[in-house]
Amino acid sequence: MSNTATKKKQQIPKPIIGLEIHVELKTTSKMFCQCSANYFGKKPNTQTCPVCLGLPGALPVPNKTAIDWVIRIARALNCRINTRTKFDRKHYFYPDLPKGYQISQYDQPFGENGHMDLVMDDGSLKTFRFRRVHLEEDTAKNIHEGEDTLVDFNRSGVPLVEIVTEADFDNSDDVKRFLEELQTIIRYLEVADADMEKGDMRLEPNISILMMSPGEVWDGTTFPDYKVEVKNINSFRFAKMAIDYELKRQQALLEKGETPKQETRGFNEKKSSTVSQRTKENAGDYRYFPEPDIPLIEFTDDQVTEIESHIPELPGTRLLRFHNEYGIKISDAFLLTRSRSLAEFYEVVVKQLTSELSDKNEAEIAQKVANMIVNKKIDTNLHEKQFVKKAKEQLEGKKTDMGALDTAVNSVIHDNPQAVDDYQNGKEQALMFLLGQVMKKMRGQAEAPVVKQALKERLQ
Amino acid sequence: MKLGDITIREAIEGLRTKNWRPSDLTEAALETIKATESQLNAFITVDAENARSRAHELDAALESDPEIIDRQPLFGIPIGLKDIYSTKGLKTTAGSKVIPDYIPPYDATATKRLKDAGAVIIGKANLDAWAHGSSGENSEYGPTKNPYNLAYVPGGSSSGSAAMVAAGDVLMAGGTDTGGSIRLPASFTNTVGIKPTYGRVSRYGIIAMASSLDTIGHFTKSVYDNALIMEVTAGRDPYDATSADVEVLQYTKELSKPVKGMKIGIPREYFTDGVDKKVMERMQEVITILKKQGATFEEMDLPNTENAIACYYILCPAEISSNLARFDGVRYGQMREMFGPEAKRRIMLGTHTLSAGYADDFYKKGNQIRSMIQHNYQQALSKYDAIITPVSPTPPFKLGERSNDPVQMYMSDLMTVAINIAGVPAISVPAGFVNDLPVGVQFIAANFREDILYRVGHAIEQETGYYRVRPQFVS
Repeated sequence: MSNTATKKKQQIPKPIIGLEIHVELKTTSKMFCQCSANYFGKKPNTQTCPVCLGLPGALPVPNKTAIDWVIRIARALNCRINTRTKFDRKHYFYPDLPKGYQISQYDQPFGENGHMDLVMDDGSLKTFRFRRVHLEEDTAKNIHEGEDTLVDFNRSGVPLVEIVTEADFDNSDDVKRFLEELQTIIRYLEVADADMEKGDMRLEPNISILMMSPGEVWDGTTFPDYKVEVKNINSFRFAKMAIDYELKRQQALLEKGETPKQETRGFNEKKSSTVSQRTKENAGDYRYFPEPDIPLIEFTDDQVTEIESHIPELPGTRLLRFHNEYGIKISDAFLLTRSRSLAEFYEVVVKQLTSELSDKNEAEIAQKVANMIVNKKIDTNLHEKQFVKKAKEQLEGKKTDMGALDTAVNSVIHDNPQAVDDYQNGKEQALMFLLGQVMKKMRGQAEAPVVKQALKERLQ
Repeated sequence: MKLGDITIREAIEGLRTKNWRPSDLTEAALETIKATESQLNAFITVDAENARSRAHELDAALESDPEIIDRQPLFGIPIGLKDIYSTKGLKTTAGSKVIPDYIPPYDATATKRLKDAGAVIIGKANLDAWAHGSSGENSEYGPTKNPYNLAYVPGGSSSGSAAMVAAGDVLMAGGTDTGGSIRLPASFTNTVGIKPTYGRVSRYGIIAMASSLDTIGHFTKSVYDNALIMEVTAGRDPYDATSADVEVLQYTKELSKPVKGMKIGIPREYFTDGVDKKVMERMQEVITILKKQGATFEEMDLPNTENAIACYYILCPAEISSNLARFDGVRYGQMREMFGPEAKRRIMLGTHTLSAGYADDFYKKGNQIRSMIQHNYQQALSKYDAIITPVSPTPPFKLGERSNDPVQMYMSDLMTVAINIAGVPAISVPAGFVNDLPVGVQFIAANFREDILYRVGHAIEQETGYYRVRPQFVS
């Protein structure tokens, strides 16, 4: 066997994955016109105007809310904000791009160089970096019907935030965890529904593998001479599948000594595989230049601060706080913080119960309520007040009717002389038997410790 | 009554005194068009039926409410619009065979403001296709002729707009000026043409040529008329993010202020041997007139004039290539092969200057030079109330004389393009005739000082009365 063959056999594949994520903002109107941005399920081409149709003479006027929200997202992702920025034209021809260019951002995105610190399932902390966060307009939607392609412009011009990560991922589980956290953060910010199934969150991973010698550590700056972009991924589950498939496919090629082709591939749900796509757009030269129809945008630090003030405590921080402040376990804290409204509901309920139940401390209540919610013992769709009422019942336990207890104890003692005798002669189990009988008589509406105490007193 | 013989001001007066009604004005327009259009070719579309019904509506409105004229300053006034202005329901071609049947579903803001002011749109004016040109000969609907001599060009690209006002087809015509396309034709047709400050008048709905250079202006016979139109079209538009949030002045009042004490600069770069001697004589007459009225003149330097021209020919085609990308034949219009040779030239040039590897050297640098030029003009215009220059180094040229040589054609723009780069306003007013062909004089003012242009233009007009010299062939 030759040396090179041995060397290749010994090489270890290092997956290098970067993500490009698009999130549609749920603003009322589109990015550059006043048409409704809420297009899901609407009859085609009913929410359009000269601007989003790209008709001759139409001009874009930026949506201020969309700009505020992209800054909100960028800051939540710890990005530095470019306080002097602009839009740029990105040119290519395609039927879903009516102007022949997309208004996007090129070299001065709203946000740059951010990061997300993530507590992974095994408890370790990983940091994933963001290269940029920018704002652009969505294209129209191409719908293929047999031989024809129909174009629906309801989606044309909807505000789209593009988030690009560094190539910090090396496995599909991390990617899935990351995407779920990103989705949760964005939902906390209340700027988007970020639902992959509905198309308001889209993912395009860039996947490649660097073959490295055993023991070699990746320097973070050497990249393979190819990368594969994957499109048409409609859920986090499919994202994992697509990445796993691609890594396997690429590794097989590399082990044969071949370099995978640099290309765009589409994920095929039915086959759980990726397929080479014919080039649909000129990935070549977009001929970027600053959008002359939109003046330069400038923010003061005060304006950025104001926008930041709308960022709530984010899920990662809230998770740790719940764990530390309330003493609940990480896995419960995780579940409670997946939805901002649920997390807030939890805290309100805990505070309410703490003030009403003076004999219990907050930590105890917090843990018990967490348990109730996580194990679905009480419906969280209930109104706060009703939830608190039901929780109270479960926390306080049943109040024993002492009069009924007295009668029951007397009755059981009378009916079970042998057991009474046994207990008085030292057999503890007999007490448990008598306790069971009393509970039966009380139809469960008694607290075990109270019954036990009552029996003991009577049998002395 | 012939529209060629009256101004807008006089037309409105005539409505008040009941000399005529709006439909009389519209009929007068249509009659002149009937008599001249086959030779002139100023229109791509004449919307006679709609114009007549609109005029009749206005007749009735005026009958029931005579004071409507006070609220609608252009009540009943027949106008034309360069066929690059979107007009709802009325075919808009940009002078090209790429969109020969495009009917806009909306009005440009300028169109709407003129309509709301009571104007009657008689039709759409011929132009160099996509506003690419200086003579009107690039129109794909045949060239427009100069009413003062049918063998000569009326100038472009707003060729039809200028000709129809000069011929008396209409009392006003909307045009656009990206590199001189209003000032040059105004100069060639004895009309008043204004290039407003960039952002003064909304561009919404006007088919874009070069987004950062396009300005929306108009042609009239008199300076007062021109000022009146400006009061209607100028002002912030929420549909145009580049439209300026600057107060619209009462230009019609400002223009009668005397020019006494005005300081006017004569830039050496514009008064060279390259300017035709007879054109120079026209300039001299204007200077003499204004001096008599108490204005002072001083020679000065407008540096970077050559750079401004180079800058224009980098930035302009780049933006053109981008703005024409939407004409892909998918939803409306013909395929891109239908673009004419001049459009193709500019698209190729523009695409090249924006491409990777070239964009920094060309487009980015062009923008840096633009900033320099804007600075130069602002400096100069802080020292002088206005700057005077010829509009064209030559009088009007013959049809066919330059059309085979694009570079020679570009020479027509030498005196005008730098002003578009600078963004400042400029006007061309009649300055007499050379061999019976009209010659205009250009004045340039600081940003949003159209009032100064109207003031100085009005002074010259009142003294010379040139606008009353009507083209022979029409009468």
